[in-house]
Amino acid sequence: MSATTATARSRRRTGKPAHQTEGGALSQPRGTIATVIMAVLALLWLFPLIWAVLNSFRSYAYTQRNGYASLGGWTLDNYRNVWENAGLGKYFVNSVIITVPAVLLTLFLSSLVAFVLARFSYRFNLALLALFLAANLMPPQALLIPVYRMFREIPLPLFMSETGVVLGSYWGLIAINVAFQMGFCTFVLANYMKTLPHEIYEQAQIDGASVWRQYWQLTMPLVRPALAALATLEVTWIYNEFFWATVLLGGQGDKFPITSALNNLRGQFFVDYNLLSAGSVLVALPVLIVFFVLQKHFVAGLTLGSTKG
Amino acid sequence: MVTVPVLFVGFLVWVPAILSMVLSFGSWNGIGEIDQIQWVGTKNYSDIVNIYPPFWPAMRHNLIWLLFLFLGPTLLGMLLAVILDRNMRGSRFYQTAFYMPVVLSLALVGFIWQLFYSRDQGLINQVFNSEVDWYGDSSVNLWAVLVATAWRHTGYIMLIYLAGLKGVDASLREAAAMDGASERQTFFQVVFPVMRPINMIVVVIVVIESLRAFDLVWVVNRGTNGLELIGALVAQNVVGEASRYGFGSALAVIMMLISTVFITIYLRNVFKEDRP
Repeated sequence: MSATTATARSRRRTGKPAHQTEGGALSQPRGTIATVIMAVLALLWLFPLIWAVLNSFRSYAYTQRNGYASLGGWTLDNYRNVWENAGLGKYFVNSVIITVPAVLLTLFLSSLVAFVLARFSYRFNLALLALFLAANLMPPQALLIPVYRMFREIPLPLFMSETGVVLGSYWGLIAINVAFQMGFCTFVLANYMKTLPHEIYEQAQIDGASVWRQYWQLTMPLVRPALAALATLEVTWIYNEFFWATVLLGGQGDKFPITSALNNLRGQFFVDYNLLSAGSVLVALPVLIVFFVLQKHFVAGLTLGSTKG
Repeated sequence: MVTVPVLFVGFLVWVPAILSMVLSFGSWNGIGEIDQIQWVGTKNYSDIVNIYPPFWPAMRHNLIWLLFLFLGPTLLGMLLAVILDRNMRGSRFYQTAFYMPVVLSLALVGFIWQLFYSRDQGLINQVFNSEVDWYGDSSVNLWAVLVATAWRHTGYIMLIYLAGLKGVDASLREAAAMDGASERQTFFQVVFPVMRPINMIVVVIVVIESLRAFDLVWVVNRGTNGLELIGALVAQNVVGEASRYGFGSALAVIMMLISTVFITIYLRNVFKEDRP
Protein backbone atom coordinates (compact mmCIF):
# COMPACT_ATOMS: atom_id res chain seq x y z
CA MET A 1 0.00 0.00 0.00
CA SER A 2 2.88 2.36 0.75
CA ALA A 3 4.05 1.87 -2.83
CA THR A 4 0.77 3.05 -4.24
CA THR A 5 0.59 6.13 -2.08
CA ALA A 6 4.14 6.94 -3.15
CA THR A 7 3.20 6.76 -6.81
CA ALA A 8 0.19 8.87 -6.11
CA ARG A 9 2.41 11.47 -4.53
CA SER A 10 4.92 11.52 -7.37
CA ARG A 11 2.04 11.74 -9.79
CA ARG A 12 0.95 14.88 -8.10
CA ARG A 13 4.37 16.42 -8.26
CA THR A 14 4.86 15.81 -11.98
CA GLY A 15 1.37 16.91 -12.99
CA LYS A 16 1.39 20.36 -14.52
CA PRO A 17 -0.74 22.70 -12.48
CA ALA A 18 -0.94 25.28 -15.26
CA HIS A 19 -4.28 25.12 -17.01
CA GLN A 20 -7.30 24.04 -15.02
CA THR A 21 -10.30 25.62 -16.58
CA GLU A 22 -12.78 22.78 -16.22
CA GLY A 23 -13.86 22.53 -12.63
CA GLY A 24 -14.60 18.86 -12.16
CA ALA A 25 -12.89 16.61 -14.69
CA LEU A 26 -9.23 15.71 -14.55
CA SER A 27 -6.82 16.78 -17.28
CA GLN A 28 -5.87 14.15 -19.83
CA PRO A 29 -2.51 12.67 -18.72
CA ARG A 30 -3.47 12.84 -15.08
CA GLY A 31 -6.79 11.22 -15.79
CA THR A 32 -5.07 8.23 -17.38
CA ILE A 33 -2.63 7.75 -14.52
CA ALA A 34 -5.41 8.14 -11.99
CA THR A 35 -7.51 5.55 -13.82
CA VAL A 36 -4.67 3.03 -13.82
CA ILE A 37 -3.96 3.51 -10.12
CA MET A 38 -7.65 3.26 -9.30
CA ALA A 39 -8.10 0.10 -11.32
CA VAL A 40 -5.13 -1.58 -9.65
CA LEU A 41 -6.26 -0.54 -6.18
CA ALA A 42 -9.85 -1.61 -6.82
CA LEU A 43 -8.71 -5.06 -7.92
CA LEU A 44 -6.49 -5.29 -4.86
CA TRP A 45 -9.51 -4.43 -2.70
CA LEU A 46 -11.76 -6.98 -4.37
CA PHE A 47 -9.17 -9.74 -4.23
CA PRO A 48 -9.75 -11.02 -0.66
CA LEU A 49 -13.43 -11.55 -1.34
CA ILE A 50 -12.79 -13.13 -4.73
CA TRP A 51 -10.22 -15.39 -3.12
CA ALA A 52 -12.67 -16.53 -0.45
CA VAL A 53 -15.33 -17.25 -3.08
CA LEU A 54 -12.86 -19.16 -5.29
CA ASN A 55 -11.62 -21.40 -2.49
CA SER A 56 -15.10 -22.07 -1.22
CA PHE A 57 -15.77 -23.93 -4.48
CA ARG A 58 -12.63 -26.07 -4.40
CA SER A 59 -12.13 -29.45 -2.80
CA TYR A 60 -9.72 -29.72 0.09
CA ALA A 61 -8.04 -32.78 -1.39
CA TYR A 62 -7.18 -30.82 -4.53
CA THR A 63 -5.77 -27.79 -2.73
CA GLN A 64 -3.81 -30.06 -0.41
CA ARG A 65 -2.18 -31.76 -3.38
CA ASN A 66 -1.55 -28.70 -5.53
CA GLY A 67 -1.32 -25.92 -2.97
CA TYR A 68 -3.67 -22.98 -2.77
CA ALA A 69 -1.87 -21.02 -5.47
CA SER A 70 -3.45 -23.20 -8.14
CA LEU A 71 -6.73 -23.50 -9.97
CA GLY A 72 -9.03 -26.48 -10.20
CA GLY A 73 -10.80 -29.05 -8.04
CA TRP A 74 -14.17 -27.39 -8.39
CA THR A 75 -16.93 -28.71 -6.17
CA LEU A 76 -20.02 -27.68 -4.26
CA ASP A 77 -19.32 -30.05 -1.37
CA ASN A 78 -18.01 -27.35 0.95
CA TYR A 79 -21.33 -25.57 0.96
CA ARG A 80 -23.22 -28.81 1.46
CA ASN A 81 -20.91 -29.76 4.33
CA VAL A 82 -21.12 -26.40 6.06
CA TRP A 83 -24.86 -26.21 5.77
CA GLU A 84 -25.57 -29.73 6.96
CA ASN A 85 -22.86 -30.41 9.53
CA ALA A 86 -22.47 -27.01 11.13
CA GLY A 87 -26.19 -26.32 11.07
CA LEU A 88 -25.77 -22.78 9.82
CA GLY A 89 -29.48 -22.53 9.04
CA LYS A 90 -30.31 -22.38 12.74
CA TYR A 91 -27.89 -19.52 13.32
CA PHE A 92 -29.29 -17.55 10.42
CA VAL A 93 -32.72 -17.87 12.02
CA ASN A 94 -31.22 -16.59 15.30
CA SER A 95 -29.79 -13.58 13.46
CA VAL A 96 -33.23 -12.79 12.08
CA ILE A 97 -34.82 -13.16 15.54
CA ILE A 98 -32.36 -10.60 16.90
CA THR A 99 -32.01 -8.21 13.98
CA VAL A 100 -35.62 -7.64 12.92
CA PRO A 101 -37.08 -6.59 16.29
CA ALA A 102 -33.95 -4.62 17.18
CA VAL A 103 -34.07 -2.58 13.97
CA LEU A 104 -37.82 -1.93 14.19
CA LEU A 105 -37.62 -0.91 17.84
CA THR A 106 -34.59 1.31 17.22
CA LEU A 107 -36.32 3.14 14.40
CA PHE A 108 -39.57 3.52 16.30
CA LEU A 109 -38.05 4.82 19.53
CA SER A 110 -35.55 7.12 17.87
CA SER A 111 -38.21 8.56 15.58
CA LEU A 112 -40.21 9.48 18.70
CA VAL A 113 -37.25 11.32 20.20
CA ALA A 114 -36.38 12.92 16.87
CA PHE A 115 -39.96 14.13 16.46
CA VAL A 116 -39.94 15.80 19.85
CA LEU A 117 -36.53 17.36 19.16
CA ALA A 118 -37.58 18.69 15.78
CA ARG A 119 -41.14 19.71 16.56
CA PHE A 120 -40.70 21.49 19.88
CA SER A 121 -37.93 23.72 21.06
CA TYR A 122 -37.45 22.97 24.70
CA ARG A 123 -34.47 24.22 26.59
CA PHE A 124 -33.27 20.70 27.32
CA ASN A 125 -33.36 19.61 23.66
CA LEU A 126 -29.60 19.77 23.24
CA ALA A 127 -29.01 17.83 26.44
CA LEU A 128 -31.48 15.19 25.29
CA LEU A 129 -29.76 14.74 21.93
CA ALA A 130 -26.37 14.65 23.66
CA LEU A 131 -27.64 11.89 25.97
CA PHE A 132 -28.36 9.67 22.97
CA LEU A 133 -25.47 10.66 20.72
CA ALA A 134 -22.84 10.22 23.41
CA ALA A 135 -24.26 6.77 24.24
CA ASN A 136 -23.76 5.85 20.61
CA LEU A 137 -20.03 6.60 20.88
CA MET A 138 -19.39 4.93 24.23
CA PRO A 139 -17.04 1.96 24.00
CA PRO A 140 -19.32 -1.02 24.72
CA GLN A 141 -16.58 -2.79 26.66
CA ALA A 142 -16.64 0.01 29.23
CA LEU A 143 -20.20 -0.97 30.18
CA LEU A 144 -19.77 -4.71 29.95
CA ILE A 145 -19.41 -5.56 33.64
CA PRO A 146 -22.48 -3.78 35.05
CA VAL A 147 -24.65 -4.80 32.09
CA TYR A 148 -23.53 -8.42 32.37
CA ARG A 149 -24.17 -8.51 36.10
CA MET A 150 -27.50 -6.64 35.87
CA PHE A 151 -28.73 -9.05 33.22
CA ARG A 152 -27.81 -11.95 35.47
CA GLU A 153 -29.93 -10.51 38.27
CA ILE A 154 -33.09 -9.56 36.39
CA PRO A 155 -35.45 -12.54 36.32
CA LEU A 156 -37.57 -13.43 33.31
CA PRO A 157 -40.32 -16.05 33.21
CA LEU A 158 -39.11 -19.34 31.74
CA PHE A 159 -41.24 -19.03 28.62
CA MET A 160 -39.29 -15.89 27.77
CA SER A 161 -35.85 -17.15 28.68
CA GLU A 162 -34.65 -20.69 29.30
CA THR A 163 -32.07 -19.40 31.75
CA GLY A 164 -34.72 -17.65 33.83
CA VAL A 165 -32.77 -14.38 33.67
CA VAL A 166 -32.13 -11.75 31.03
CA LEU A 167 -28.56 -12.97 30.53
CA GLY A 168 -28.47 -15.59 27.82
CA SER A 169 -31.79 -14.52 26.32
CA TYR A 170 -32.56 -12.57 23.17
CA TRP A 171 -34.42 -9.91 25.14
CA GLY A 172 -31.31 -8.50 26.71
CA LEU A 173 -29.31 -8.60 23.50
CA ILE A 174 -32.05 -6.84 21.53
CA ALA A 175 -32.43 -4.19 24.25
CA ILE A 176 -28.72 -3.41 24.38
CA ASN A 177 -28.51 -3.15 20.60
CA VAL A 178 -31.43 -0.73 20.62
CA ALA A 179 -29.87 1.39 23.36
CA PHE A 180 -26.60 1.69 21.46
CA GLN A 181 -28.04 2.35 18.01
CA MET A 182 -30.67 4.92 18.96
CA GLY A 183 -28.20 7.81 19.10
CA PHE A 184 -27.23 7.70 15.46
CA CYS A 185 -30.81 7.23 14.25
CA THR A 186 -32.16 10.00 16.47
CA PHE A 187 -29.53 12.38 15.17
CA VAL A 188 -30.19 11.62 11.50
CA LEU A 189 -33.98 11.64 11.87
CA ALA A 190 -34.06 14.85 13.89
CA ASN A 191 -31.99 16.62 11.24
CA TYR A 192 -34.23 15.26 8.53
CA MET A 193 -37.41 16.29 10.34
CA LYS A 194 -36.09 19.79 10.87
CA THR A 195 -36.06 20.29 7.11
CA LEU A 196 -39.83 19.73 6.91
CA PRO A 197 -41.72 23.02 6.53
CA HIS A 198 -43.13 24.21 9.83
CA GLU A 199 -46.40 25.33 8.22
CA ILE A 200 -47.69 21.76 7.93
CA TYR A 201 -47.76 21.55 11.72
CA GLU A 202 -49.51 24.87 12.07
CA GLN A 203 -52.16 23.64 9.66
CA ALA A 204 -52.48 20.36 11.56
CA GLN A 205 -52.79 22.31 14.81
CA ILE A 206 -55.67 24.32 13.35
CA ASP A 207 -57.32 21.10 12.18
CA GLY A 208 -57.12 19.87 15.75
CA ALA A 209 -54.73 16.95 15.15
CA SER A 210 -53.23 15.59 18.35
CA VAL A 211 -49.46 15.48 18.80
CA TRP A 212 -49.57 11.71 18.37
CA ARG A 213 -51.41 12.04 15.07
CA GLN A 214 -48.98 14.73 13.92
CA TYR A 215 -46.21 12.24 14.57
CA TRP A 216 -47.74 9.10 13.11
CA GLN A 217 -49.83 10.38 10.20
CA LEU A 218 -48.00 13.53 9.19
CA THR A 219 -44.32 13.23 10.01
CA MET A 220 -43.62 9.52 9.62
CA PRO A 221 -44.79 9.25 5.98
CA LEU A 222 -42.65 12.27 5.10
CA VAL A 223 -39.45 10.86 6.59
CA ARG A 224 -39.77 7.52 4.80
CA PRO A 225 -36.59 8.05 2.73
CA ALA A 226 -34.53 8.60 5.88
CA LEU A 227 -36.16 5.59 7.56
CA ALA A 228 -35.33 3.40 4.56
CA ALA A 229 -31.72 4.54 4.61
CA LEU A 230 -31.40 3.97 8.35
CA ALA A 231 -33.11 0.58 8.22
CA THR A 232 -30.59 -0.57 5.63
CA LEU A 233 -27.66 0.59 7.73
CA GLU A 234 -29.02 -0.78 11.00
CA VAL A 235 -29.78 -4.19 9.54
CA THR A 236 -26.15 -4.61 8.51
CA TRP A 237 -24.82 -3.17 11.76
CA ILE A 238 -26.89 -5.32 14.05
CA TYR A 239 -26.40 -8.39 11.87
CA ASN A 240 -22.66 -7.77 12.11
CA GLU A 241 -22.68 -7.05 15.85
CA PHE A 242 -20.22 -9.37 17.53
CA PHE A 243 -19.22 -8.13 20.97
CA TRP A 244 -22.53 -8.11 22.84
CA ALA A 245 -23.79 -11.29 21.22
CA THR A 246 -20.61 -13.12 22.16
CA VAL A 247 -20.54 -12.08 25.80
CA LEU A 248 -24.26 -11.92 26.62
CA LEU A 249 -25.19 -15.23 25.01
CA GLY A 250 -21.86 -16.72 26.07
CA GLY A 251 -23.07 -19.88 27.76
CA GLN A 252 -25.75 -20.50 25.14
CA GLY A 253 -23.83 -21.38 21.98
CA ASP A 254 -27.03 -22.56 20.30
CA LYS A 255 -28.55 -19.12 20.49
CA PHE A 256 -25.67 -17.27 18.83
CA PRO A 257 -26.43 -15.19 15.78
CA ILE A 258 -24.48 -16.22 12.73
CA THR A 259 -21.64 -13.70 13.14
CA SER A 260 -20.71 -14.98 16.60
CA ALA A 261 -21.52 -18.59 15.71
CA LEU A 262 -18.93 -18.65 12.95
CA ASN A 263 -16.24 -17.91 15.51
CA ASN A 264 -17.52 -20.66 17.78
CA LEU A 265 -17.75 -23.22 15.01
CA ARG A 266 -14.27 -22.54 13.74
CA GLY A 267 -12.39 -25.12 15.75
CA GLN A 268 -15.14 -27.73 15.54
CA PHE A 269 -16.32 -27.80 11.98
CA PHE A 270 -14.10 -25.61 9.87
CA VAL A 271 -11.16 -27.95 9.89
CA ASP A 272 -9.92 -26.77 6.52
CA TYR A 273 -9.83 -23.42 4.83
CA ASN A 274 -12.08 -24.34 1.97
CA LEU A 275 -14.84 -25.00 4.48
CA LEU A 276 -14.02 -21.79 6.31
CA SER A 277 -14.24 -19.92 2.99
CA ALA A 278 -17.66 -21.40 2.29
CA GLY A 279 -18.84 -20.46 5.78
CA SER A 280 -17.51 -16.92 5.42
CA VAL A 281 -19.15 -16.47 2.03
CA LEU A 282 -22.48 -17.66 3.40
CA VAL A 283 -22.27 -15.25 6.34
CA ALA A 284 -21.28 -12.39 4.06
CA LEU A 285 -24.03 -13.13 1.56
CA PRO A 286 -27.01 -11.48 3.32
CA VAL A 287 -25.20 -8.18 3.90
CA LEU A 288 -23.71 -8.18 0.42
CA ILE A 289 -27.18 -8.72 -1.06
CA VAL A 290 -28.57 -5.92 1.10
CA PHE A 291 -25.67 -3.75 0.00
CA PHE A 292 -26.10 -4.37 -3.73
CA VAL A 293 -29.87 -4.17 -3.78
CA LEU A 294 -30.13 -1.16 -1.48
CA GLN A 295 -26.81 0.55 -2.22
CA LYS A 296 -28.55 3.86 -2.77
CA HIS A 297 -30.13 3.77 0.70
CA PHE A 298 -26.95 2.54 2.26
CA VAL A 299 -24.84 5.40 0.99
CA ALA A 300 -27.63 7.89 1.68
CA GLY A 301 -27.78 6.78 5.31
CA LEU A 302 -24.11 7.37 5.96
CA THR A 303 -24.22 10.63 4.07
CA LEU A 304 -27.11 11.84 6.21
CA GLY A 305 -25.12 10.96 9.29
CA SER A 306 -21.83 12.56 8.39
CA THR A 307 -23.02 15.80 6.90
CA LYS A 308 -25.76 17.63 8.65
CA GLY A 309 -29.11 16.97 7.02
CA MET B 1 -43.02 10.30 24.00
CA VAL B 2 -39.39 10.40 25.04
CA THR B 3 -39.78 8.50 28.32
CA VAL B 4 -39.31 4.98 26.99
CA PRO B 5 -36.29 5.84 24.81
CA VAL B 6 -34.69 7.74 27.69
CA LEU B 7 -35.25 4.78 30.02
CA PHE B 8 -33.60 2.48 27.49
CA VAL B 9 -30.50 4.56 27.06
CA GLY B 10 -30.44 5.52 30.73
CA PHE B 11 -30.61 2.02 32.14
CA LEU B 12 -28.48 0.32 29.53
CA VAL B 13 -25.80 2.94 28.96
CA TRP B 14 -25.61 5.64 31.58
CA VAL B 15 -26.43 3.68 34.74
CA PRO B 16 -23.88 1.00 33.77
CA ALA B 17 -21.36 3.76 33.05
CA ILE B 18 -21.77 5.08 36.60
CA LEU B 19 -21.74 1.59 38.07
CA SER B 20 -18.47 0.87 36.25
CA MET B 21 -16.96 3.85 38.03
CA VAL B 22 -18.27 2.73 41.42
CA LEU B 23 -17.14 -0.87 40.96
CA SER B 24 -13.68 0.23 39.91
CA PHE B 25 -12.97 1.12 43.55
CA GLY B 26 -13.90 -2.31 44.83
CA SER B 27 -12.75 -5.89 44.75
CA TRP B 28 -15.39 -8.42 43.77
CA ASN B 29 -15.45 -11.78 42.02
CA GLY B 30 -18.98 -11.11 40.83
CA ILE B 31 -20.30 -14.45 42.05
CA GLY B 32 -21.38 -13.43 45.55
CA GLU B 33 -23.87 -10.78 46.51
CA ILE B 34 -23.20 -7.09 46.28
CA ASP B 35 -22.39 -6.84 50.01
CA GLN B 36 -19.31 -8.97 49.41
CA ILE B 37 -17.60 -6.15 47.61
CA GLN B 38 -14.53 -4.98 49.48
CA TRP B 39 -13.77 -1.37 48.92
CA VAL B 40 -10.12 -0.99 48.12
CA GLY B 41 -9.86 2.64 47.07
CA THR B 42 -7.60 3.23 44.10
CA LYS B 43 -5.76 -0.06 44.47
CA ASN B 44 -7.15 -1.42 41.19
CA TYR B 45 -5.78 1.54 39.31
CA SER B 46 -2.34 1.36 40.86
CA ASP B 47 -2.25 -2.40 40.22
CA ILE B 48 -3.15 -1.89 36.58
CA VAL B 49 -0.43 0.66 36.05
CA ASN B 50 2.24 -1.07 38.14
CA ILE B 51 1.84 -4.84 38.14
CA TYR B 52 -0.62 -5.88 35.40
CA PRO B 53 1.67 -7.10 32.60
CA PRO B 54 -0.64 -6.71 29.58
CA PHE B 55 -1.70 -3.13 30.39
CA TRP B 56 1.15 -1.15 28.87
CA PRO B 57 1.43 -3.37 25.80
CA ALA B 58 -2.32 -2.87 25.31
CA MET B 59 -2.00 0.90 25.59
CA ARG B 60 0.87 0.83 23.14
CA HIS B 61 -1.09 -1.35 20.70
CA ASN B 62 -4.13 0.91 20.89
CA LEU B 63 -1.89 3.87 20.15
CA ILE B 64 -0.21 2.09 17.22
CA TRP B 65 -3.70 1.18 16.01
CA LEU B 66 -4.70 4.84 16.11
CA LEU B 67 -1.59 6.15 14.37
CA PHE B 68 -1.78 3.46 11.73
CA LEU B 69 -5.44 4.14 10.98
CA PHE B 70 -4.66 7.83 10.55
CA LEU B 71 -1.53 7.55 8.46
CA GLY B 72 -2.71 4.61 6.37
CA PRO B 73 -6.36 4.03 5.56
CA THR B 74 -7.66 7.44 6.62
CA LEU B 75 -5.30 9.35 4.35
CA LEU B 76 -5.78 6.81 1.58
CA GLY B 77 -9.56 7.01 1.93
CA MET B 78 -9.39 10.79 1.72
CA LEU B 79 -7.18 10.63 -1.36
CA LEU B 80 -9.52 8.14 -3.02
CA ALA B 81 -12.47 10.38 -2.29
CA VAL B 82 -10.73 13.42 -3.80
CA ILE B 83 -9.89 11.50 -6.98
CA LEU B 84 -13.26 9.74 -7.27
CA ASP B 85 -15.12 12.98 -6.70
CA ARG B 86 -13.94 14.11 -10.14
CA ASN B 87 -15.95 13.05 -13.13
CA MET B 88 -14.00 9.92 -13.72
CA ARG B 89 -15.00 7.01 -15.88
CA GLY B 90 -15.98 3.99 -13.78
CA SER B 91 -16.14 6.02 -10.60
CA ARG B 92 -19.17 4.08 -9.41
CA PHE B 93 -17.40 0.75 -9.89
CA TYR B 94 -14.34 1.88 -7.94
CA GLN B 95 -16.47 3.24 -5.12
CA THR B 96 -18.31 -0.06 -4.87
CA ALA B 97 -15.05 -2.01 -4.80
CA PHE B 98 -13.60 0.05 -1.97
CA TYR B 99 -16.84 0.16 -0.13
CA MET B 100 -17.73 -3.52 -0.19
CA PRO B 101 -15.60 -4.61 2.82
CA VAL B 102 -17.34 -1.98 4.96
CA VAL B 103 -20.57 -3.98 5.04
CA LEU B 104 -18.79 -7.05 6.41
CA SER B 105 -18.37 -7.54 10.15
CA LEU B 106 -14.86 -7.21 11.53
CA ALA B 107 -15.08 -10.77 12.79
CA LEU B 108 -15.70 -11.93 9.24
CA VAL B 109 -12.86 -9.76 7.99
CA GLY B 110 -10.66 -11.68 10.41
CA PHE B 111 -11.71 -15.01 8.90
CA ILE B 112 -11.29 -13.88 5.32
CA TRP B 113 -7.77 -12.66 5.99
CA GLN B 114 -6.94 -15.92 7.69
CA LEU B 115 -7.00 -17.40 4.18
CA PHE B 116 -3.94 -15.25 3.50
CA TYR B 117 -2.25 -15.38 6.88
CA SER B 118 -2.43 -19.03 7.92
CA ARG B 119 0.96 -20.66 8.30
CA ASP B 120 0.14 -23.92 6.55
CA GLN B 121 -2.71 -23.05 4.25
CA GLY B 122 -2.40 -19.29 3.77
CA LEU B 123 -1.77 -17.76 0.37
CA ILE B 124 1.07 -15.46 1.45
CA ASN B 125 3.27 -18.30 2.69
CA GLN B 126 2.49 -20.43 -0.35
CA VAL B 127 3.38 -17.69 -2.80
CA PHE B 128 6.52 -16.51 -1.03
CA ASN B 129 7.53 -19.94 0.25
CA SER B 130 7.78 -18.57 3.77
CA GLU B 131 6.69 -20.08 7.06
CA VAL B 132 5.43 -17.15 9.04
CA ASP B 133 2.44 -17.61 11.31
CA TRP B 134 1.04 -14.16 10.55
CA TYR B 135 -1.73 -14.28 13.15
CA GLY B 136 0.28 -16.20 15.75
CA ASP B 137 3.76 -14.69 15.75
CA SER B 138 3.68 -11.87 18.28
CA SER B 139 6.25 -9.82 16.35
CA VAL B 140 4.07 -9.51 13.24
CA ASN B 141 0.47 -10.30 14.20
CA LEU B 142 -0.45 -6.76 15.19
CA TRP B 143 0.51 -5.55 11.71
CA ALA B 144 -1.30 -8.42 10.06
CA VAL B 145 -4.47 -7.49 11.93
CA LEU B 146 -3.97 -3.80 11.10
CA VAL B 147 -3.77 -4.53 7.38
CA ALA B 148 -7.04 -6.45 7.64
CA THR B 149 -8.64 -3.50 9.48
CA ALA B 150 -7.33 -1.10 6.85
CA TRP B 151 -9.05 -3.14 4.16
CA ARG B 152 -12.37 -2.28 5.80
CA HIS B 153 -11.59 1.18 7.18
CA THR B 154 -10.47 2.83 3.92
CA GLY B 155 -13.83 2.57 2.20
CA TYR B 156 -15.64 3.94 5.22
CA ILE B 157 -13.48 7.07 5.34
CA MET B 158 -13.72 7.42 1.57
CA LEU B 159 -17.49 7.49 1.74
CA ILE B 160 -17.58 10.10 4.49
CA TYR B 161 -15.27 12.37 2.49
CA LEU B 162 -17.16 11.78 -0.75
CA ALA B 163 -20.28 12.97 1.03
CA GLY B 164 -18.38 15.99 2.32
CA LEU B 165 -16.90 16.85 -1.07
CA LYS B 166 -20.33 16.75 -2.68
CA GLY B 167 -21.19 19.57 -0.31
CA VAL B 168 -18.36 21.78 -1.60
CA ASP B 169 -19.88 24.39 -3.82
CA ALA B 170 -18.66 23.82 -7.39
CA SER B 171 -18.59 27.57 -8.02
CA LEU B 172 -15.94 27.95 -5.31
CA ARG B 173 -13.68 25.64 -7.27
CA GLU B 174 -14.39 27.40 -10.53
CA ALA B 175 -13.64 30.75 -8.99
CA ALA B 176 -10.33 29.43 -7.69
CA ALA B 177 -9.48 28.07 -11.13
CA MET B 178 -10.33 31.44 -12.72
CA ASP B 179 -7.92 33.13 -10.35
CA GLY B 180 -5.22 30.78 -11.62
CA ALA B 181 -4.95 28.56 -8.57
CA SER B 182 -3.31 25.19 -9.18
CA GLU B 183 -5.19 22.01 -8.40
CA ARG B 184 -3.17 21.52 -5.26
CA GLN B 185 -3.75 25.08 -4.13
CA THR B 186 -7.44 24.70 -4.81
CA PHE B 187 -7.58 21.59 -2.69
CA PHE B 188 -5.61 22.86 0.29
CA GLN B 189 -6.93 26.40 0.30
CA VAL B 190 -10.50 26.05 -0.92
CA VAL B 191 -11.76 22.49 -0.59
CA PHE B 192 -10.00 21.38 2.58
CA PRO B 193 -11.14 24.31 4.76
CA VAL B 194 -14.74 23.78 3.67
CA MET B 195 -14.46 20.18 4.82
CA ARG B 196 -13.32 21.19 8.30
CA PRO B 197 -16.39 19.90 10.15
CA ILE B 198 -16.03 16.56 8.35
CA ASN B 199 -12.36 16.38 9.27
CA MET B 200 -13.29 16.79 12.90
CA ILE B 201 -15.89 14.04 12.70
CA VAL B 202 -13.40 11.74 10.98
CA VAL B 203 -10.81 12.40 13.68
CA VAL B 204 -13.30 11.47 16.38
CA ILE B 205 -14.52 8.38 14.51
CA VAL B 206 -10.95 7.14 14.04
CA VAL B 207 -10.05 7.71 17.70
CA ILE B 208 -13.17 5.97 18.98
CA GLU B 209 -12.79 3.11 16.51
CA SER B 210 -9.22 2.48 17.58
CA LEU B 211 -10.17 2.67 21.23
CA ARG B 212 -12.94 0.13 21.00
CA ALA B 213 -11.22 -2.19 18.54
CA PHE B 214 -12.10 -5.66 19.72
CA ASP B 215 -13.70 -8.07 17.26
CA LEU B 216 -10.65 -8.77 15.12
CA VAL B 217 -8.24 -9.55 17.93
CA TRP B 218 -10.91 -11.54 19.76
CA VAL B 219 -11.47 -13.89 16.84
CA VAL B 220 -7.73 -14.29 16.31
CA ASN B 221 -6.62 -15.15 19.86
CA ARG B 222 -8.86 -13.33 22.35
CA GLY B 223 -6.45 -10.44 22.59
CA THR B 224 -3.32 -12.15 23.86
CA ASN B 225 0.24 -12.78 22.69
CA GLY B 226 1.00 -9.58 20.85
CA LEU B 227 -2.61 -8.56 20.26
CA GLU B 228 -3.43 -7.10 23.68
CA LEU B 229 -5.94 -4.27 23.37
CA ILE B 230 -7.61 -2.44 26.20
CA GLY B 231 -11.10 -3.51 25.09
CA ALA B 232 -10.08 -7.16 25.04
CA LEU B 233 -8.53 -6.90 28.51
CA VAL B 234 -11.84 -5.76 29.98
CA ALA B 235 -13.63 -8.73 28.43
CA GLN B 236 -10.93 -11.14 29.63
CA ASN B 237 -11.51 -10.03 33.20
CA VAL B 238 -15.21 -10.86 33.04
CA VAL B 239 -15.70 -13.86 30.80
CA GLY B 240 -12.32 -15.45 31.43
CA GLU B 241 -11.64 -18.03 34.15
CA ALA B 242 -10.87 -15.42 36.79
CA SER B 243 -13.69 -12.91 36.97
CA ARG B 244 -12.29 -9.79 38.58
CA TYR B 245 -15.08 -7.27 38.38
CA GLY B 246 -13.42 -4.41 40.23
CA PHE B 247 -10.21 -4.74 38.29
CA GLY B 248 -12.01 -5.03 34.96
CA SER B 249 -14.14 -2.01 35.83
CA ALA B 250 -11.06 0.08 36.48
CA LEU B 251 -9.83 -0.81 32.98
CA ALA B 252 -13.27 0.09 31.66
CA VAL B 253 -13.16 3.46 33.38
CA ILE B 254 -9.79 4.23 31.80
CA MET B 255 -11.38 3.53 28.41
CA MET B 256 -14.36 5.66 29.29
CA LEU B 257 -12.25 8.63 30.37
CA ILE B 258 -10.26 8.61 27.13
CA SER B 259 -13.39 8.35 25.02
CA THR B 260 -15.19 11.07 27.00
CA VAL B 261 -12.61 13.60 25.83
CA PHE B 262 -13.35 12.80 22.20
CA ILE B 263 -17.08 12.43 22.63
CA THR B 264 -17.08 15.96 24.05
CA ILE B 265 -15.13 17.26 21.06
CA TYR B 266 -17.57 15.51 18.76
CA LEU B 267 -20.67 16.88 20.48
CA ARG B 268 -19.28 20.41 20.54
CA ASN B 269 -18.57 20.12 16.86
CA VAL B 270 -22.03 18.80 16.06
CA PHE B 271 -23.85 21.39 18.15
CA LYS B 272 -21.81 24.38 17.04
CA GLU B 273 -24.09 25.00 14.09
CA ASP B 274 -27.22 24.52 16.14
CA ARG B 275 -26.51 27.38 18.48
CA PRO B 276 -27.95 30.72 17.49
